[in-house]
Amino acid sequence: MKTSLQPRPAWVSHFTSRFPQWRSMAQMEDLPEFRSYLEREFPEGASEWSDGLSRRRFLGLMGASLALAGFCSCSRQPIEKLAPYVRQPPELIPGEPLWFASAHLLSGVARGILVESHEGRPTKVEGNPDHPGSLGGTDAMMQASILQLYDPDRSQTPLKRGIPSTWNALLTELLRPAARWGATKGAGLRFVSGRTTSPTLLDQMNQVIARYPDARWTIHEPAVNSSALRVVCNVERADVILAIDADFLGSSPAQLAYARQFARRRKPGDTMNRLYVAESAPSLTGAAADHRFVLGPDDLFRLPERIEHVLSGASDESMSWLGALARDLGNHSGRSLVLAGEFLPAAVHEAVYALNTRLGNIGSTVQYLPGLPEPAKALPFSDLVAEMQNGKVEALLILGTNPVYTSPADIDFAKALSRVPFTLHHGLYVDETATHCSWHLPETDTLESWSDAAAFDGALCLLQPLIEPLYDGISPHELLAALLGQPAAKSYDIVRGYWLQRIGGADFGETWHRALSDGVVAGQTLRPSPAVATSTPRTPPEPLSGEGLHLLIRPDPHVYDGRFANNAWLQELPKPLTKITWENAAHMAPSTASRINLKHGDVVELDFFGRKITAPLWVLPGMAEDSVLIHLGYGRTSAGKVGDGVGFNAYALRTQEAPWGGSGLQVRATGARHVFSTTQEHSAMEYSHPVRFATLTEFKKRPEFVHAIEETPAYEESLYPPVVYNGYSWGMTIDLNTCIGCSACIIACQAENNIPVVGRDQVMRGREMHWIRVDRYFSGPAEAPQILHQPVPCMHCENAPCEVVCPVAATVHDSEGLNAMVYNRCIGTRYCSNNCPYKVRRFNFFHYSETKSPTLKMQRNPQVTVRTRGVIEKCTYCVQRISAARIKSEVASRAIRDGEVVPACAQACPAEAIRFGNLNDPVSVVRQFKKDPRNYSLLGELNTRPRTTYLARIFNHNTEIS
Amino acid sequence: MPQLFPSSANTIVYAGAIGALLGGATLVWAFVELTWSSYTTRVDTVLYQPVPFSHQHHVGGLGIDCRYCHTSVETAGSAGIPPTETCMTCHSQIWTDAPVLQPVRDSYATGRPLEWNRVHNLPGFVYFNHSIHVKNGVACVECHGRVDEMPLISKQKTLYMKWCLDCHRHPESSLVSAEDVFQMAARPVPSSETISNRTKERGVRSKIITDCTACHR
Repeated sequence: MKTSLQPRPAWVSHFTSRFPQWRSMAQMEDLPEFRSYLEREFPEGASEWSDGLSRRRFLGLMGASLALAGFCSCSRQPIEKLAPYVRQPPELIPGEPLWFASAHLLSGVARGILVESHEGRPTKVEGNPDHPGSLGGTDAMMQASILQLYDPDRSQTPLKRGIPSTWNALLTELLRPAARWGATKGAGLRFVSGRTTSPTLLDQMNQVIARYPDARWTIHEPAVNSSALRVVCNVERADVILAIDADFLGSSPAQLAYARQFARRRKPGDTMNRLYVAESAPSLTGAAADHRFVLGPDDLFRLPERIEHVLSGASDESMSWLGALARDLGNHSGRSLVLAGEFLPAAVHEAVYALNTRLGNIGSTVQYLPGLPEPAKALPFSDLVAEMQNGKVEALLILGTNPVYTSPADIDFAKALSRVPFTLHHGLYVDETATHCSWHLPETDTLESWSDAAAFDGALCLLQPLIEPLYDGISPHELLAALLGQPAAKSYDIVRGYWLQRIGGADFGETWHRALSDGVVAGQTLRPSPAVATSTPRTPPEPLSGEGLHLLIRPDPHVYDGRFANNAWLQELPKPLTKITWENAAHMAPSTASRINLKHGDVVELDFFGRKITAPLWVLPGMAEDSVLIHLGYGRTSAGKVGDGVGFNAYALRTQEAPWGGSGLQVRATGARHVFSTTQEHSAMEYSHPVRFATLTEFKKRPEFVHAIEETPAYEESLYPPVVYNGYSWGMTIDLNTCIGCSACIIACQAENNIPVVGRDQVMRGREMHWIRVDRYFSGPAEAPQILHQPVPCMHCENAPCEVVCPVAATVHDSEGLNAMVYNRCIGTRYCSNNCPYKVRRFNFFHYSETKSPTLKMQRNPQVTVRTRGVIEKCTYCVQRISAARIKSEVASRAIRDGEVVPACAQACPAEAIRFGNLNDPVSVVRQFKKDPRNYSLLGELNTRPRTTYLARIFNHNTEIS
Repeated sequence: MPQLFPSSANTIVYAGAIGALLGGATLVWAFVELTWSSYTTRVDTVLYQPVPFSHQHHVGGLGIDCRYCHTSVETAGSAGIPPTETCMTCHSQIWTDAPVLQPVRDSYATGRPLEWNRVHNLPGFVYFNHSIHVKNGVACVECHGRVDEMPLISKQKTLYMKWCLDCHRHPESSLVSAEDVFQMAARPVPSSETISNRTKERGVRSKIITDCTACHR
């Protein structure tokens, strides 16, 4: 046999010197607890029988299971019922899904979706390629919205002081004083709602204010900094981007559009963009950066000004990175982009605006548009609370927001609420606010009712229901219509009525249907409300300053401001940068922690100007010195069975003048220790260089670097005979250069493949069931490491190590190259999982699939088997989608087209990092990516010949910055 | 030392061993028989239905095409069970007073669906698709039998995996030409040359149809 092991050229050591990549501080320090993750299939205790099991008991159990298994097979298949339609809708064929365009709302802003519906039962959300807020991608929250619809903890009936009541009873009670409000012009009538971009709802709000002129409307949106101006970027046009604490690739209503635009400019070559990020806490944008500068908040605030000084020649920074950065921006006038983080003080935004003006970017890469519209005569939240405390509020209607939980700590909203005679909470859950109100009215989910909304850039779209309301829900449109004297009006008529009035025309019916089927209303954008021009612009207040550390308060990447806290998919989704599940943490840089003598996992007391909470400490490489990052959205008390009592409540440190933190934080150890439910060390592979990367210059010089750094055995070096694939041969590439690590693929896969959640305790035992995980590595020094993401699904190895060890042939290759998993054959030996070098196989240690709740059953994808206890499962390349496409193409007597089979992960990816297709098709997209010199196999040295391969990450470094 | 066992013990042991073997074999035989009996498979078993619908009358007698009621058989996974409306297209005109049709009229009037007992039922982990079988020339009669001769419908095949695989391994002999797919009587025995050509011309790839992933996901 010819050997493939050639002596490696000397330049290779340049690349290998960057190894190893590490997953956690424990790995960097090579602590024994990490070794146990690495060397074992599951962490200690996951696969052991923890009871003291005697031989006698073992034999007893084995005998019993044998007997029971025997009896089980003796039953006949039960007779099932078939209930055909009475009148079958013409467009519907039972068993074949239909797709409807609608939108998902994040803090009121729309991202277009296409919803898959099986016989009237929505099961899966995909992005709408025609919608500017989605462009076909989705994020984790959009994917998880389907679970929220079916959440059994949703409010199901109106409540009067906690006792079930009816909508009619509420109407009677609501409309009685309404007559009086007519006389008093609505004095004492107050509304609080979250931010909305719905033109119909805004119109209704203004009608309410017109009818009751002394009534007032308050917008309370805890995780958003509403400002007078809305910044809309064209990331694709920008050659050089500087993000100052601006996480534009992280969770925000514009994330999907920006991520796609950004990814389109990441092809290594002359058109590749360059991203600089300066930030205090690591973010997804920071991880995607070519140059990431870790700066304390004070340095961040001064950064735009210092760049301005360099550009104007007022200061000489020729030697520093700042000078190089400023020159790079200056050299790309009109093609550069400077972004300021949403939570930075107003002065920074002004300086960034000035910088963009100077660079000629306005109108080219960035637009400053009027802020989102607000209802007329809006009342600030603090003024509302003052009125409530003074007894000036007679009736308070809270629409779709949860101020008792989300108010700043210096406002006791619950107490203020007790001074209001009539309080109504309208929301999806009986949450903290609902329990303090005299009335609670269930709200319809966005998938249950008609509405409309605007995307981040102002484009309008319609929301249409996919299902009749599951419970006695009322939409906000119907509630406001009742106040306007039309208690019987339906959302459909209200929304359609608004649009008929707005665009009208003889062909309105046609326009309406086109808008519904496209998911956007062509040519219609948000009209800035005149109220905005007159109201004083609300800008982020200056941060508090005092002696101590710097506190950063941010919305959580998954549960946001707490509104998604009862969504188990989002709770179990590892946070992008820490891989924490089911809780939040106080994050601190390693150097700061060691200076004040704190260790990872210590429970600390955070004292911010006398307000105290205790939180577990997470030592996060890449944090700025002397900064502590905490996330909102946890510590809820009335979220539901999933979200109650999870994590700590960061709102307790939040005040009106410092909603996003400031300096003056004292951190003290309490002496207690905390064990995190994190997956960052799970599935660790024995491998020093999972993510391969180079700078653009290095790549141009050595395009073959990915192969040089590892000795991959030659193709013929195998004991198995080669298999020839004549028909289709499926394969996947994952581009690490565009992957932003957002984790949308994980939830998309979970929704598509009926993957259960396992809960905090089981995650700690390493039993999470996600078929695709996103590994996050650090490389370099702990103070400012390079953060790397790598999604890892089943590789569908051609020489699959799992297949040869299965005693019952439960995992076998199919004739199109898939490594198939046959659940019915699986007897649960877990040999396959033990032999998988990628650690991508998941075992059902218990019956994790929730089969008791009638609503959760409705979410299941009918095309995928629901697994039971005792079987292994793993990524199938969405074989149900391949089968569907194969049958469809064969019925039409043609071959499957490229792009016809898109697995759920690839479909969800906002950055189009995952490509899938037929490797035997010479023109398929995936084939082109496989030919890319950056293409490499993970653990290729093992000769597993994975069908899923990676494209190396290329950094477009500024050569002036070392 | 006296003998512990009498000499008859030998006989008892031999008889016991043979008895155990026979008993075991009987158990295995009984199990196999039970598995393949029509009690378990429900082959030829007529299930109670709310309306005693006769395929013999509608298909054999009146000559209604399969696709008049099972509309999606050529395009979708499910062949489709006709909605009440389909029954009423004729039965709002004929047999309008027939007592056996009372449940149909009730369903149409109240909007409550008829609840049939399912005759052909695959387990939840099997994904069968009618359209691809029809397209490739598997005649209805191949799996459902002479429906036109059944006053009350019953299952003709076990629908066991063995039965599926027998055909998937050697599909040639079960395929008919496109125009014969919906013919009940025509059960052509293809000549040997058409057999060899048939799978090729249909594009049936025998390898993929014996893969686990063809039917299980």
